[in-house]
Amino acid sequence: MYRLGIDVGGTNTDAVVMQGRTVLAGVKASTTEDVTSGVLEAMEAAISKAGVDRAKITNVMIGTTHFTNAVIERKHINPVAAIRLGLPATACLPPMVDWPNDLREAAGGHGYLVRGGYEFDGREIAPLDLDEIDRIADDLAAKRIEAAAITSVFGPINAEMEKAARERLLRKRPDISVVLSSDIGRIGLLERESAAIMNASLLALSDRTVEAFAKALQSAGLDCPFFITQNDGTLMGAETVKKFPVLTFASGPTNSMRGAAFLTGVRDGIVVDIGGTTTDIGSLQHGFPRQAATVVDIGGVRTNFRMPDVFSIGLGGGSLVRRKSDGQVAVGPQSVGYRITKEALVFGGDTLTATDIAVASGSAQVGSADAVRSLDPALLQAAQAEIAAMLERAVERTRLSPEPVPVIAVGGGSILMPDQLGDLKVIRPENFAVANAVGAAIAQISGEVDRIFSLENGLTRDICLKQAEDEAREKAIRSGADAATIETIEREDVPLAYLPGNATRIHVKVVGEMGGYDA
Amino acid sequence: MASFMVNVEDMDAIALGGAFLGTGGGGDPYIGKLMARQAIARHGPVKVISVDELADDALCIPVCMMGAPTVMLEKLPNGEEAREALAQLETFLGRKADALICIEAGGLNSTIPYAVAAATGLPLIDGDGMGRAFPELQMVTLTIHGISATPMVLADDKGNSSVINAISNRWTERLARCQTVEMGGAALVALYPMSGAEVKRGILRGSMSLIKEIGETMASERKASRNPADALVRRLDGNRLFSGRVVDIDRRTIGGFARGRAVFKGMEQDEGRTFTVDFQNEFLICEDDRGDLLAVTPDLICALDADGGLPVTTEQLRYGLAVTMIGLACDPQWATPEGLELVGPRYFGYERDYVPINQLSR
Repeated sequence: MYRLGIDVGGTNTDAVVMQGRTVLAGVKASTTEDVTSGVLEAMEAAISKAGVDRAKITNVMIGTTHFTNAVIERKHINPVAAIRLGLPATACLPPMVDWPNDLREAAGGHGYLVRGGYEFDGREIAPLDLDEIDRIADDLAAKRIEAAAITSVFGPINAEMEKAARERLLRKRPDISVVLSSDIGRIGLLERESAAIMNASLLALSDRTVEAFAKALQSAGLDCPFFITQNDGTLMGAETVKKFPVLTFASGPTNSMRGAAFLTGVRDGIVVDIGGTTTDIGSLQHGFPRQAATVVDIGGVRTNFRMPDVFSIGLGGGSLVRRKSDGQVAVGPQSVGYRITKEALVFGGDTLTATDIAVASGSAQVGSADAVRSLDPALLQAAQAEIAAMLERAVERTRLSPEPVPVIAVGGGSILMPDQLGDLKVIRPENFAVANAVGAAIAQISGEVDRIFSLENGLTRDICLKQAEDEAREKAIRSGADAATIETIEREDVPLAYLPGNATRIHVKVVGEMGGYDA
Repeated sequence: MASFMVNVEDMDAIALGGAFLGTGGGGDPYIGKLMARQAIARHGPVKVISVDELADDALCIPVCMMGAPTVMLEKLPNGEEAREALAQLETFLGRKADALICIEAGGLNSTIPYAVAAATGLPLIDGDGMGRAFPELQMVTLTIHGISATPMVLADDKGNSSVINAISNRWTERLARCQTVEMGGAALVALYPMSGAEVKRGILRGSMSLIKEIGETMASERKASRNPADALVRRLDGNRLFSGRVVDIDRRTIGGFARGRAVFKGMEQDEGRTFTVDFQNEFLICEDDRGDLLAVTPDLICALDADGGLPVTTEQLRYGLAVTMIGLACDPQWATPEGLELVGPRYFGYERDYVPINQLSR
């Protein structure tokens, strides 16, 4: 029984074949325009390198930045009817009010405000205006809009109105795709609504992309289910991705951090992913990336997705090394990037890069060491010290406690990492270059609850937390998690400020292994 | 101070400055910023006038939101509430307002008055009632001067409004707080109707220009990839209290107000030290591990994210977050016995006395 993990990045498509906890083979290929051929190439190379019988591959897990890139590049975005249930409230700011103009235009800019929605305590703001939904259905037909995003005020507390509006809309337009905000995001109307609209605008693309993945698997003769990793490092089935492409937005950094945790067995530590131009530093808690507390901007739009709290610095294998006018040595942020294999000294070029420093100091063997043998020892020493200092500063900023947690170095540029950073020991796992594909291969199933509970009528904080946890477990099991492996990885409650009545916002997340295989 | 115009593009800086003066509370100014941008784009820029330009008999009315900012982030206003509250108060008084006032220079209420000012065409006075964020309606310097919060009008999204007349500003707070809950957790209000003479006597001057300047400083420092903390400390003659990382956080809700204490491990030049910050909705007391007081309400305790340099609220505090805390002296009106009775540490339930920040070690 084998698992195949694939990471489709902007530049590289990586694939690994795993058996249980062992990585049998890992390869890197180039990402292609059509996605399919790059995936196929990486997959075939990994399978043949591992030398396994492809009939025994039981699961394929794919991580992709395809949908994030579509939003950032404003490509493949379809028009959406943004239907908000909340009148007479919310009229002051229409849907997409804070979007960049080009993205709003790409999504069509069709906003509809309808009477409905809930108060924080569950009362109706107004009864849902079904006649208005009928009029919107007619308007969608006239404008040939194929997708709709429905957002109700306090939808995460009660999704009934969103569901009723969807049902009514589908009565007149059974062929359109409808996204409900309560399936996607948390409290924070504009952010959740924007995520639902983006999701609806990507549905056609996600359909094509998932089909492309399916086709690639089929061409490779793989007849097994495949899953796609989401922001939190857990999996969704192919059919779920077709419905919720936005849930993959941050899966890139998440997979590399999860992969690092898995390859080393470290559950609490700091992951440093060093690429060609930048280094991403994030911290692991219980084997998962720590999440950002503040809103996250995607393609210029404010969203409230839970994203890993990753901090980036301009240091990578291709970073330029030069002496400044004051005699100090500077490393980065300018980089030769992907041209490193032509421009770095060790590859026969004439630019001094961070990689040349690593080779000259003997900590890495790539290219020709002779090319850097005559480097000024003072310069070499100063550059080495500067690289170590940059990494140490970045790690200190990410560090959570004085406990001496390990630092895990992954990514192609991790040859820059010294063996020790201050009082922290550096671990360099095998297969560090394909940590992200490993992260995809080992992803788990999650269940999450985030809503406001009212601590009244004998309900205590503990009872509500328990209730939230039970609901989250139930969700995870429904998505395919093995009940025996489920554990709670996030559990927090924040009392709502400035309100009497003890309302508290509870967020619980549980994860478990995918049922039917042993990891 | 001369009057100035506020345009759509100024609102980013104002929201940043307002979040900073929120001292951890008051809610995210974001929604108010978007409302103001929209209103200014539609109706034209807002004129902010100096207190000195006011006639003594001018009618000046503060407008603001009351209730839970978290609710307003989800249930956005209709957009007419504040104007409705203002219009109802004008009807009650039998007189039109000549100028608007911001009641609270920190948080969501730092941006909302701009939306109302743009929509009504009324000027906004360069000043406010708190100089920061505070949680209760009577916590304004106007109370010290015997200026009544009532008649006050609350208005909701549905068209409901109500007029309150109360015997004291604390009673107004109690009555209005209940109504905001019935109105869905947040309402827009018009209150403290004042004459120009009363404004000159009671208001904290220059807050609107200060907010804008703080925001512009933050924006330019961030643009230059610098954490704004040092520049703000210099500009505002503040104390850099410490930089540290949250290592423990304890929250509970007592009487409708979130009470909490966060423990920070010092970093950078504060490496090896420990700090505690007590907060309710705002940051109220900052101490070090020797029990030495670093800052206490009503002096301002403002938090900046040590990485991104953006203001941090008490709701955002979580394990591992790195912040730089800055202490600022409050307006001298707050440091009087009458002021401390309203917003001093004892009012918030802490058994200790106020010590002005400039008498504490830097």
